[in-house]
Amino acid sequence: MEGPEPIVKFTALRKRYGSGPVVLDNLTLAAAEGDFISLIGPSGCGKSTILKLVSGLNPVSEGQLAVLGTTPRQARDRQAFIFQDATLLPWLTARRNVELPLRLRGSPAAERRAKAREMLALVGLDHAQDYFPRQLSGGMRMRVSIARALTLSPRLLLLDEPFGALDEMTRNRLNEELLALRERWRFTALFVTHSVSEAVFLSNRIMVMAAHPGRLHGEVRVDFPYPRAGELRGRPEFQAKVNEVSRLLHEVEETVSP
Amino acid sequence: MKAPIMKKPSSLQLWLLPVVSGLAFVGLWYGVRRWSGLQSWILPTPAEIIAAAWTERARLLAAAGNTAVGALAGFLLAGVLGFGTSMLLGVSRALRASLYPWLLVLQMTPVIVLTPIIVLWAGPGLPGIVTVTWLISYFPIVANMTQGLLSTDMNHVALFRMANATPLQEMLLLRVPSAMPYYLAGLRIAATLAPIGAIFGEYMVGNSSGGTGGLGFLVYSYNTQIKIPALFATALTSCLLGFVFVAAVSFLNWAVLHQWHDSFERADH
Repeated sequence: MEGPEPIVKFTALRKRYGSGPVVLDNLTLAAAEGDFISLIGPSGCGKSTILKLVSGLNPVSEGQLAVLGTTPRQARDRQAFIFQDATLLPWLTARRNVELPLRLRGSPAAERRAKAREMLALVGLDHAQDYFPRQLSGGMRMRVSIARALTLSPRLLLLDEPFGALDEMTRNRLNEELLALRERWRFTALFVTHSVSEAVFLSNRIMVMAAHPGRLHGEVRVDFPYPRAGELRGRPEFQAKVNEVSRLLHEVEETVSP
Repeated sequence: MKAPIMKKPSSLQLWLLPVVSGLAFVGLWYGVRRWSGLQSWILPTPAEIIAAAWTERARLLAAAGNTAVGALAGFLLAGVLGFGTSMLLGVSRALRASLYPWLLVLQMTPVIVLTPIIVLWAGPGLPGIVTVTWLISYFPIVANMTQGLLSTDMNHVALFRMANATPLQEMLLLRVPSAMPYYLAGLRIAATLAPIGAIFGEYMVGNSSGGTGGLGFLVYSYNTQIKIPALFATALTSCLLGFVFVAAVSFLNWAVLHQWHDSFERADH
């Protein structure tokens, strides 16, 4: 199952902020090329911390973490982060927001403009190139954010509850679009979510986590073949997977409040 | 329990109400003049003030022009230096810690006290006036802009760090644009202060600025000549000059922000 070299590899990792409580304990996990791993669990289980460690925004306390065969910071140019809110710069148009990663790399203006146009077209926002973020709906903003994350064709995508604030219809549609984009870019993904059905729909692996200290509780493999279509959600085997994950989550929550 | 709903005034009311209250104020003015028996040189009527403004129009206009030059020069100096200072304060925590308290001390010192010293050092005339204007309008700009540079959204900073942005890129492409609303708020305060600073500077400096003098000099001159209606007319002119400054900055504010900033949110979005 595992490829020649994992994209992300945690080995007996432990994380605490300063002398505070242990946020993540004894985490061992390897993400293979092409994995779409969802991290789900109660608040305080450290799932967002995992993304911050992988992106190099926060340092590891103990144990090891290798990202794309090197340190998190050195792997930065091959990974992208999608935040909970779209984090678009409000003074830039949609197109110029998508251009930003290229601009920071010093790409020539014409080249980055063409690339941004192409990316926006791929997320269905061809008509909204010159709109400012405040003129866009929540779902459209998130599409711009995804387009921006994919401009540099990252091998690893980190998503921190990107669709949490959206209504269910928009969320489902964006889930499907994200999988369609994955068919094209073949990125590996670490996806933090609170929604069990979203996790089942998107992932091939779901990590259920427990809190205080944050740790892995169990893994559920989801073997529905990609590409997946929206009708999958109505199938009984989908519901069975949702139930399986929910059961694990209940165990975790019961250990918190016996 | 429902909160009482404030009824939004219509645009007609927004125009009409200030006109009505203004007319009421003028009526009150005439009433006080009539029933108090005060003489024209103590409380001139609005008509006498306008008449004085008309007869003194050449001097008032020339003086307003002189004051505008001093105020604009001091304002621009404050705008540029304020921007630069804030960048320095925003870049380095150590610099901020060592300079900001002293800027506060400078701000706490009344400019009135400093003015004679400034005139002594910078000399009478425009240099002294510009220095006073700069001093009075500089601090609000620094305070606002520095606050803005330090208020950058943490997720945006994380985004830039993730993209391996250099500190210079982070400053120019992220912190400075996100601080623009703060900078413009500082400029707006400075715009109300700059004409005051210039007029005060002229008042202290006197007649030496090339023979003609600004509004501040006219205040001094009319006062000693007991030309009270003309003094009121000078106040009116100063007020109009202040309006021009504030209107100019409001336009700048609109031009920079209206496309993207929430303070210009329209009802149809």
